[in-house]
Amino acid sequence: MDATETRRPVVMVDELHVEYKVYASGKAVSPSAKALRGPRGIRTVHALKGISFTAYENESIGVIGSNGSGKSTLMRAMVGLTPPSQGAVYATSRPNMLGVGAALLPDLSGDRNIVLGGLALGFKRSEIASLRDEIIEFSELQDFIDLPMRTYSSGMQARLKFAIAASKQHEILIIDEALSVGDKRFRERSEARIREIRDAAGTIFLVSHSMTSIRSTCNRTIWLDKGVLVMDGETEEVVTAYEESRIPR
Amino acid sequence: MSISETAERLGLHRVGARAALIPYLRETWERREFITTMARYRMSAQNQENRLGAFWLLLRPTLNAAIYGLIFGVLQGNHRGDDYPAKVVIGVFLFGFFSACFSQGAKAITGNRPLVQSLAFPRVALPLAVVIEQFYTLLLSLIVMFIIVVILGHPPDIRWLLMVPLLVIYLLFNTGVALITARLTVHFRDLTQILPFVSRLLFYTSGVLFDVTSLFKEHPWVVEVYNWHPLYQVLTIARSSLMTHIPYDLNFWYYLSAWGVGTAVVGFVFFWRAEERYGRD
Repeated sequence: MDATETRRPVVMVDELHVEYKVYASGKAVSPSAKALRGPRGIRTVHALKGISFTAYENESIGVIGSNGSGKSTLMRAMVGLTPPSQGAVYATSRPNMLGVGAALLPDLSGDRNIVLGGLALGFKRSEIASLRDEIIEFSELQDFIDLPMRTYSSGMQARLKFAIAASKQHEILIIDEALSVGDKRFRERSEARIREIRDAAGTIFLVSHSMTSIRSTCNRTIWLDKGVLVMDGETEEVVTAYEESRIPR
Repeated sequence: MSISETAERLGLHRVGARAALIPYLRETWERREFITTMARYRMSAQNQENRLGAFWLLLRPTLNAAIYGLIFGVLQGNHRGDDYPAKVVIGVFLFGFFSACFSQGAKAITGNRPLVQSLAFPRVALPLAVVIEQFYTLLLSLIVMFIIVVILGHPPDIRWLLMVPLLVIYLLFNTGVALITARLTVHFRDLTQILPFVSRLLFYTSGVLFDVTSLFKEHPWVVEVYNWHPLYQVLTIARSSLMTHIPYDLNFWYYLSAWGVGTAVVGFVFFWRAEERYGRD
């Protein structure tokens, strides 16, 4: 316990509940489903049911769980996009999702998109000028950087987006299934880059269904199921328990 | 000690809390390069698909003015007043800036949901980028407008300089308008369907296509009402400055400045108050 006391906490999630109100449409599957509905067909989905944990600096935390277990909801609540119905998330600085794709314009060249994406991430123009070569090198798009981004293949686009987004030294970074892009070589290089961000005083949350990615990047793992935190601990321990629970009987 | 107190003591803050007005303004100022670059790049990306590219920015208002001028000029017959073509050209070109801010501003947040949901920046950057993009477009098209006005027999003179303060006030006014429509559509999505009609209604009623003083000669109270209409005031001052002097009440400048600054301030505060709301649906 003493070890955790001296480490600096960067994210504290306190009894976090998230409820979605969904306008249910269509027929009720069964009479019991009908009883769940509130007035006017509004249905409440309890996506997170009291999640608590503390993340410290230099930690990289894997988040695992089956589809619909609440992983993405937790991440969205952590960046402040989904309001908690109870509880709260505290952080030293606002956590960021790894992703800059939404800021880019497909009709413009890769080069201009580096400028635009960099500015969107909060860089100054002068800083972008010095990062430019590094981004181009990482994305391996030297020969295509003057072409409009819409002419790139989806793998090339993903490489450029990752290279721009990962050029920033994020304090708290959330990566939601972003590592599944590109070929094997690029995937390995991006995992290496993520470890670099972590080692330079960053905290990382990695949401993934790939246990290989989780094992090679995370030193701690959180397992969610149906909005409840099932297990939180050493990656090896949690992933093994998770994999065992998934073996069909 | 509760968790929130512990968090506060360790320097952690609640995620998603809205910044106070002054820090928010400072953050927005720090993002000025992002805002202007986004505006410039969007503008150049927009016309890339067409063969004539950026020329469409100039052709569109010119064709609009030609069509409206022809139809409404013929329809109004003798009521159209002196120097009708130049009036319509100035009206259509300048009104275009308002209607673009009004309708594009409304989509600034709702149309950029993925961006709002993935990156942290003051959301006001998005409607501001829309306004600046439209302002660049206006400045470009004004070159054409000036040329047409000269061809129609109004050589440039010193009073043309009045366009500079006028455009600054007009920019402030439209910024406020865009910020207000940007927030309103977040709450009421259906507004995106309604706003084009409102914009068209304003287009036909703001004196873009007719001369208020000569059309309502027999109804002075109508003219009196129009004198409080900010868009009409912009058009009146612009026409009077660019064409042979048409007398207008110099108080228009005061009213209009008040409109401009007032709308910008109200719009900014109104938009900022819902900062936590954007992207949450």
